[in-house]
Amino acid sequence: MVKGTRDTADDPRTEAAAPTAEARRADRGQVVARAMDSCARAMESGVAFSRRKLRAGELGSLPVVLVLAVVWITFQSLNENFLSPRNLSNLSVDIVGTGLIAVGIVFVLLLGELDLSVGSISGLAAAVFAVLNVNNGVPEWLALVIAVLAGTAAGTVQGYSFARTRVPAFVVTLAGLLTWNGLMLYILGTSGTINLDENGLVADLTSYYFTHDSVAYGLAAVSAGIVFLVSYQDRRRRMAAHMPHRSLQVIVVRAGGLAVVAFATAYLLNRFQGLPLALLIFLVVVAGLDVILRRTHYGRQVYALGGGIEAARRASLHVTRVQTAVLAVSGTMAAVGGLFLASRITSVSQSSGSGVLLLNAIAAAVIGGTSLFGGRGSTWSAVLGMLVIQSIASGMAITDTPAAVQFMITGGVLFAAVVIDALSRRSQEAHGRA
Amino acid sequence: MSAPPLLALHGVCKRYGAVEVLEDIELEVHAGQVVALLGDNGAGKSTLVKVISGVAPADRGVIEWEGRTVHIRRPNDARDLGIATVFQDLALCGNLDVVGNLFLGREIRRFGFLDEMEMERRTLQLLEQLTRGVPELRAPVVSLSSGQRQTVAIARSLLGDPQLLLLDEPTAALGLQQTTEVMDLVDQLRDRGLGVLLISHNMGDVKALADRAAVLRLGRNNGFFDVNTASQEQIISSITGATENTPRRPAHQESGW
Repeated sequence: MVKGTRDTADDPRTEAAAPTAEARRADRGQVVARAMDSCARAMESGVAFSRRKLRAGELGSLPVVLVLAVVWITFQSLNENFLSPRNLSNLSVDIVGTGLIAVGIVFVLLLGELDLSVGSISGLAAAVFAVLNVNNGVPEWLALVIAVLAGTAAGTVQGYSFARTRVPAFVVTLAGLLTWNGLMLYILGTSGTINLDENGLVADLTSYYFTHDSVAYGLAAVSAGIVFLVSYQDRRRRMAAHMPHRSLQVIVVRAGGLAVVAFATAYLLNRFQGLPLALLIFLVVVAGLDVILRRTHYGRQVYALGGGIEAARRASLHVTRVQTAVLAVSGTMAAVGGLFLASRITSVSQSSGSGVLLLNAIAAAVIGGTSLFGGRGSTWSAVLGMLVIQSIASGMAITDTPAAVQFMITGGVLFAAVVIDALSRRSQEAHGRA
Repeated sequence: MSAPPLLALHGVCKRYGAVEVLEDIELEVHAGQVVALLGDNGAGKSTLVKVISGVAPADRGVIEWEGRTVHIRRPNDARDLGIATVFQDLALCGNLDVVGNLFLGREIRRFGFLDEMEMERRTLQLLEQLTRGVPELRAPVVSLSSGQRQTVAIARSLLGDPQLLLLDEPTAALGLQQTTEVMDLVDQLRDRGLGVLLISHNMGDVKALADRAAVLRLGRNNGFFDVNTASQEQIISSITGATENTPRRPAHQESGW
C-alpha cells in the first residue's frame, strides 16, 4: 500500500512533454491525443523502469503475486465457492495470527538471521493471558498487555544474548524454542486447556466485524488518498528543488491501482459480514512497520546490518542495540500473533504455538519475497506469503484434499521462492560485475 | 614546522593475540600534505589505518590531533575529529542504494523520518564534483561496477567535510582512467588544505602525488622520505629491506649509528 517513493528514479522527462509550436495551434482533439500520448509515454517509462529493475534481479513481489493468481484461478476452477465473499472473508481473518508472527520474522530475516522461537513465544503469550485472565481474574486489557510484554521480554533476552555472544540467532532461538515452550507448559500446569471468554476482548479480536458498509469503503478511500497525497507532496518538494521526480501520471496510476484493489476488497468483505477487525489491525501494523523500516533511522540500520555487518560497524551503527531490538520486535509480534490465534479458537492449550505454526510463519515471509540472505524484503511480504499459504490450505479444505497433499504443495511453493531468491541475488551480483 | 601536525602518532603499538602487528610507530601528517604509507604485504599498513580510524584501536602509544592528545576508541571518535577513511574493502552495504550508503549512520531527518530528497540532492551535488559518470543513485550498490563503488566510498568519506582522509589502496581495483580521476581528486583535496594518508603499491602514483613517504616494514617504521628528493630505488629498497643486513632492527636506531 504505502509502497512509497523509494524507487523514484522515473524519467523526469516524461513530465516535461514540452509544448511545441504545433501543439499551440492544436484543437481539442489534438489535446486529447497529446494527453493520451504522454500517458502512454508515462506507462512506457514505467515499464522500462520495471524491466531495468527485473534485469537487475529485483523481482520484488511480482513472483508471489503470480503464484497467488495461479492458486486462486486453480481452486476457483475446481470449486466455485473458493472466491466467494464468505470464503475470502474467512481467509482474510485466518491469515492474521500467523501473518503477524511472520511480520516479526521479516525483521529477523532482514538481518540475515532466523528466529525459531516465535512459535513457542506465541504459545507462551497466549498461556500468560489465559492464566492471568481466566484463572486469576486479572482484567482483560491488563492481561493482554502483560502477555504482549512477556513476548517482548523473551525476544529481548534472546536478542541481547545473540548480539553479545555473536552466536547465530537460530541457535539462540532454538534454545528459546525449548525454554519458552517449557515455561508455557509450566504456567499452564495441569489444567491443560483453558477456554477464553467467548464475548471478551481477545475473542473480539477475530470475531468482530465492522458491519456498516461505509467503514470498509471509507478506509479504502482514506488509504488511497494518503498514498496519493504523500507521493504528490514528495513530487512538489522535488520539483521545487529541481530534482528528478515522478510524473503525475505515474502517481495517479499507482494511487489508482491501490484504490482499485482496496475498493474491490472492501466490496467483497461488505458482501459477507463487513470489514473484520483482525484484518484491519493486521494491515495497519504491516503498513506502520513498513514505514518504520523504510523511512526511519532505525529501519535503515536494520537493512544496513543485513547488507554488511562489518560495513555497518565501521559506519558506527549501534550493532548490538539494533540486533537486540530486532529480536525484541519479533518476540513482540509473536506474542501478538499468538493472542490472535488463541482468539480464533477461544482457547489456549498445551499445543498452542506448536506444530507447523513456526514453519508457516517463516515460509510466509520467504514466499512473500523477503530474502533469506538478509537485507532485502518488506513487511508486505508477510501478507502476500500468508495469503498464498492460507489460500492453498483453504482451497484444499474446500476441495476435500488430504493435508498430506497440502504440505507437499506448500513445500513446493516455498522451495520455488527460495530458488527465486537465490537466483535474483546471483543476477544482482552478476549485474555488478558487468 | 610552526603549526602542529594535523595528526601525529608516537610509539603506537597494536597486537592481535600474540602477534605484534605494529610496534612503536611514529607518523605525522600535516594539513595540505599527501603522505604515502608504503610497505610490503603484511607490513601493517592496513592495520595502521584501522588504528587511526578507530576500527581497531591502538593498544599503546599516543595519538595527537592538532597538537593535543586524543583517544580514538571507536569509529565515531575518529569521525568526530574529522578523520574519514576509505577502506580497502570499501565497507559498503551492498543492498542499500548509493544515497543510503553515503548517509549511513548520519541520515538527514525531517519530522523524524528520513529526508530522502535532501539526501539525494546532496549526494548528486557531491558526486558531480567527483566524477563525470554519476552512477544511478537509487540502484543498490551491489549492482554498480567496482569503479563506481570506489567513487561512492570516496564520496561517503568526504560527506562530513573531513580534515584528514585515509585512503587504503584506492586505485587497486580501478582502470587507468578511473585511477587518474581518483588521483586528480586527491590533488584537489590537498589544495583545499586536507591532509591525506595514501596507501598505494603504485610507485608512479606515489611519486606523482605524495609529498612525503613513510615506509613500514614488519610492523615498524623503516624510514621517512621526501618524495621529491629521494630516489625511487632508495624508497623501494627501504620497502623490501634490501638496505638492511638485519631487517628486524628498527629504522630510527639504524639512522643513529
